[in-house]
Amino acid sequence: MYEKNGEKYFVVDSHMHMWKAGPDNWVKGAEQYAKGWIECFHAYQSLGPKETHWTIEKFMSYTEDDLMKDVFEDGYVDVAIFQPTYLKEWYTEGFNTTEQNANLGEKHPGMFVLNTRFDPRDGDVGLEELARNVERYGSRGVKLYTAEWNAGSRGYKLTDPAAYTYLAKAQELGIKNIHVHKGPTIWPLDKDAFDVSDVDHAATDFPELNFIVEHVGLPRIEDFCFMATQEPNVYAGLSVVIGGLMHARPQFFAKVMGELLFWVGEDKMTFGSDYGIWEPKWQIEGFVDWEFPDQPEFADYPRLGVDGKKKILGLNAAKLYDIKVPDELQLKEETPAAQDDSKLVAS
Amino acid sequence: MTAVFTEKDRVLDALGAVRDPELDEPITTLGFVSTCVVSAAGDAVVRLRLPTYFCAPNFAFLMVADAYDVVSALPGLRSVDVALEDHFAAAQINAGVAARAGFVASFDGEAAAELDELRRTFVAKAVLAGTDQVCRPFVASGTDPAEVARLTIADVPPSAELDRLLRRRAELGLSTGPDAPLLIDVGTGEAVAAPAAARHLGLARLTRTGIEANTGICRGMLRHRYTESGAGEEEQE
Repeated sequence: MYEKNGEKYFVVDSHMHMWKAGPDNWVKGAEQYAKGWIECFHAYQSLGPKETHWTIEKFMSYTEDDLMKDVFEDGYVDVAIFQPTYLKEWYTEGFNTTEQNANLGEKHPGMFVLNTRFDPRDGDVGLEELARNVERYGSRGVKLYTAEWNAGSRGYKLTDPAAYTYLAKAQELGIKNIHVHKGPTIWPLDKDAFDVSDVDHAATDFPELNFIVEHVGLPRIEDFCFMATQEPNVYAGLSVVIGGLMHARPQFFAKVMGELLFWVGEDKMTFGSDYGIWEPKWQIEGFVDWEFPDQPEFADYPRLGVDGKKKILGLNAAKLYDIKVPDELQLKEETPAAQDDSKLVAS
Repeated sequence: MTAVFTEKDRVLDALGAVRDPELDEPITTLGFVSTCVVSAAGDAVVRLRLPTYFCAPNFAFLMVADAYDVVSALPGLRSVDVALEDHFAAAQINAGVAARAGFVASFDGEAAAELDELRRTFVAKAVLAGTDQVCRPFVASGTDPAEVARLTIADVPPSAELDRLLRRRAELGLSTGPDAPLLIDVGTGEAVAAPAAARHLGLARLTRTGIEANTGICRGMLRHRYTESGAGEEEQE
């Protein structure tokens, strides 16, 4: 919980990690990829305030104690949604797996929501593993990294027939939330790997599922926003937006927030720190203090008030995951539902 | 002061015509050219770098291939060596570009087509973003979107932004003459009708915001990765 100027904010960190990325976990022969991946993440951290930067050594191997302190003790987070990313072609024990997350989560009951993942290229074995994970960890959400390399394949689309088989299975198992994370590769490589039109199709065909597009489709914010206006079950995951822009590029941050508020609306935006890339503390403090610069170019954008910030920082994600919010941290009066705030655009 | 236009300047000037297709900005000003040297004998060596090890391989290929093409087209050079460094697909890209093999042959079995469609998609985005740049003053001064839809190119005061927009439109084969409408559908080339103008301008602004945000992040990542400025780099915001 974060408190400022008498207002109390219930905080759900809807996108965070605990990874093992040190050289002892690099797959022999794939060291350059494992190293390249974590160095790329580390470069993202450099976009946050200088005093929050870590050495690459700490960044590769931060501890459970670091996480508990940064996220919960110092970071105001009430509930954190653990997102796994496997990358087993590069990291021997996985970059961060459902099991590893659960090991930490089980020591701290009620503080974590344990999401799992699937890879549609894993066939029947993967479907069985998904069912086991859902049963064992009570997962209500999955994280999908579509650019993951798998046995010679450089990625997949949500519209691949196998992906639909998995989405149907996930829904049958009780999964509600699909966090989609796009990356630089896909099959075939000549297509734009960051394109979100497959999410558009899947969201239409699986109306019971929610699709949270992480880092709001960056670097395809425009495609994401336009798609989100047409799909009631598509959400904007703000990981990277706050961490990567609010401090480093405040003018661009304001414009991106303006566009998101205009096209998507404050009822469908969710905060995610992307820890261990960025600590939540400065992001939450800065976001609560943030307002549009007093310049004409921002005048047209919808305003974001205290209630909107409360929704984005926690209440929206709490709804998606049925997380109980103490009465004193709810909005004082119920505000209209989701799409009413955004500008629906007929295509 | 006498400007000395060296061989290196000539190569760098040519590289200034190569754009990052996603960011629609020259690879020189973005800082992507780490090395540009020409020996006395006329051997040109160009090295390119990107903000991350995992930048998308299709865009990386386009930039390396375009750089190779513009430098090779310069008269008077004995040899041209263009290569990408510090990238997961550098070996495949460099070999493919040096052999002028094309994308499909360079990524055997992983690509279904050459990159013309991808490039076109991003020039179309650049047209939309450029439309916002040119139309913003009209909108800011209170011109109704429906009024903007009635404007032609001749109604717009000359500016660098207008020139750039017209160049992007020309690349897509879209109209650029003085009588051409200012707002056009980037897919069909048809004029945008007045009732659809507000939405079109909204998409244009959104697209520009997306590209600018990406550029900001890419510049920040590059600065973390390499402390030294690139040849021809310009720092912004």
